[in-house]
Amino acid sequence: MSDRIFINTTINGETMEIVADERDSLLEALRDRIGLTGAKEGCNNGNCGACAVIMDGRLVNSCCVLAAEIEGAEITTVEGLADNGKLSALQETFLEDAALQCGICTPGFLVASTALLDFNPHPTEHEIRFWLAGNLCRCTGYDKIIRAVQHAAERA
Amino acid sequence: MQDVKYTRPASIQEAIRLLQEGGPTARILAGGTDIIVMARERRRDTSVFVDIKAIPETMGINFDAASGLTLGAATPLYQIYRNETVARIYPCLVDSASLIGGTAIQGRATFGGNLANAGPAADSIPSLIVMECVANIVGPNGQRQVKAEDFCTAPGRNLLEAGEFIVSLHFPTPAANSGARFLRFIPRNEMDIAVVNSATNLTLDGNTVTAARISIGAVAPKPLFVLEAGAALIGKPLTDETIAAAANAARDAATPIDDMRGSIRQRKHLAYVLTERTIRDAARRARGEAAQEH
Repeated sequence: MSDRIFINTTINGETMEIVADERDSLLEALRDRIGLTGAKEGCNNGNCGACAVIMDGRLVNSCCVLAAEIEGAEITTVEGLADNGKLSALQETFLEDAALQCGICTPGFLVASTALLDFNPHPTEHEIRFWLAGNLCRCTGYDKIIRAVQHAAERA
Repeated sequence: MQDVKYTRPASIQEAIRLLQEGGPTARILAGGTDIIVMARERRRDTSVFVDIKAIPETMGINFDAASGLTLGAATPLYQIYRNETVARIYPCLVDSASLIGGTAIQGRATFGGNLANAGPAADSIPSLIVMECVANIVGPNGQRQVKAEDFCTAPGRNLLEAGEFIVSLHFPTPAANSGARFLRFIPRNEMDIAVVNSATNLTLDGNTVTAARISIGAVAPKPLFVLEAGAALIGKPLTDETIAAAANAARDAATPIDDMRGSIRQRKHLAYVLTERTIRDAARRARGEAAQEH
């Protein structure tokens, strides 16, 4: 068995100590140790973006981060995007523009789009498509997602 | 994932000791975008991760005109391509850094890891080669410097000995009137593995080429530094004929395989086309103009 480890970290603004397996990925720690199941396991190898989270200000795939690496880090997951139940602009426009069908890619797209607008509040369509190239959606054909991000940017 | 230990040494010496204690299944962890997946999928037997990101020498971007650019080997790509100095003086490195994986990969992945993985299609290595990168390597027997073009030995193989790792990458300050460009061909514009890639670094005196370094990837067991292609330009005026001669030399040096990404014939052709384009764009940058080819 891998050793138990204790990780002091901040997740969605809350300082906490997580008990995890030494071999856990960040994705496994989020889902299986603290019950934050918003980040999804799609490919588990860094191709699909369904597990995307923001780690100290940059977008990462949580399947490609070890839980042990987030000691002292600040993590934002899809659960941290709404403010006291009030949806973020992106969450609103994803709903209004029907930028999802089955929904499994949606947490990753929301987190990746949030990181984009944090970095570049008024991206071009080209910049949005390039930024989101690491997020795969097999339902929408992407156009509705791009539109939702554009509409959220217009509201900022 | 198999049982694995995680260690985070704060010094080079501590990291070397951990690598020696761990033996051949101790793995350097920098960005983790390859090694974590390979360990999980059991493509690399792994007993201990040695996370080098807490070692000060492995992180950060330092430039001064006298000594050049030093990149910590574990510096994530997004920090490299967002760095104004790197973007202004080493745009060829930005060409590579901004094309490796997608945004979430670039948040973690590193040039040190891309070089150490020694992939034949690695998107940083042609740029490292033409920009005269030297890898600063440490190990039980001290330090050594290895040129990027000498580092890879075969697909997934490099010349690191037991207990060694790359601490940083050094680049000389580019010559006046020089310019460099990296391009790759893939079926989509992002998040894929190169069918062929190419980088060129040129120095011009008027329209005469005084220095040229050309590298191509995904066309051989390791990225190629094509001396013959550079030689076709050095001392000559930059014309359609000399550019074609250099691109022909790159095509002749390519010994690609057929696979799902491309045929031998297509890859040979692409080695010509991409080399021609990187030469033209490197020349544009050498003249202070923007790159144009995509």
